[in-house]
Amino acid sequence: MKELIIEAKDENLDEVLAFVNEQLEECGCDMSTQIQVDIAVEEVFVNISHYAYNPEVGPATIRAEVHDDPLAVSLTFLDNGVPYDPLAKEDPDITLSADEREIGGLGIFMVKKSMDDVAYEYKNGQNILTIKKNL
Amino acid sequence: MLDVKKELNGDTLTVTLTGRLDTVTAPQLEEELKDSISGVKSLIFDIKALEYVSSAGLRVFLSNQKLMNKQGHMKLVGPTEDVKEIFNVTGFMDILTIED
Repeated sequence: MKELIIEAKDENLDEVLAFVNEQLEECGCDMSTQIQVDIAVEEVFVNISHYAYNPEVGPATIRAEVHDDPLAVSLTFLDNGVPYDPLAKEDPDITLSADEREIGGLGIFMVKKSMDDVAYEYKNGQNILTIKKNL
Repeated sequence: MLDVKKELNGDTLTVTLTGRLDTVTAPQLEEELKDSISGVKSLIFDIKALEYVSSAGLRVFLSNQKLMNKQGHMKLVGPTEDVKEIFNVTGFMDILTIED
């Protein structure tokens, strides 16, 4: 298990992705899968950065774990911000026309679509979101 | 990193995107478009070299699509398979005009 503790702010996104991609490359993950994981990681991290401590800035912890048999990676995001379950949000209606579609609300939907498993819990004052992708 | 190249030909604006359209780079594209879209009837995004689009990037495409619905049309040309997949799962394949 590898861990990164970092200030939750947008400017740190590249560093978070570099950490995640290093783990993915170590297990020979292909580029398409890496892009899907990166998108999910971006959405989750940016959510923390925008909402967890707003208007303050606080830390996020990202844990990466690789499982064998079947090969999979799970990424756990922890923050001490306000309790917030992003999975409770209703999915956007993706059948609406451009003019009817709202700008936004897509992030967590993309996480659900691109990952094989997504779970949230609030425990010991922490938001804990785990996303898992089969490789 | 995102590289944005703009070329105005009459009332056609072609915007060539290279790199990643994400939370960090989407505001840059938004800013570039804001200053150049007035009077444009045809907005073309050349996305052959666009590797990655997150929801922040989709928002920029959607807001410009809404704008162009009022003043002309917009299309995206040459998405990679990975970017096409992103448009597919989010329903953007149906609301944007996307050409190979």
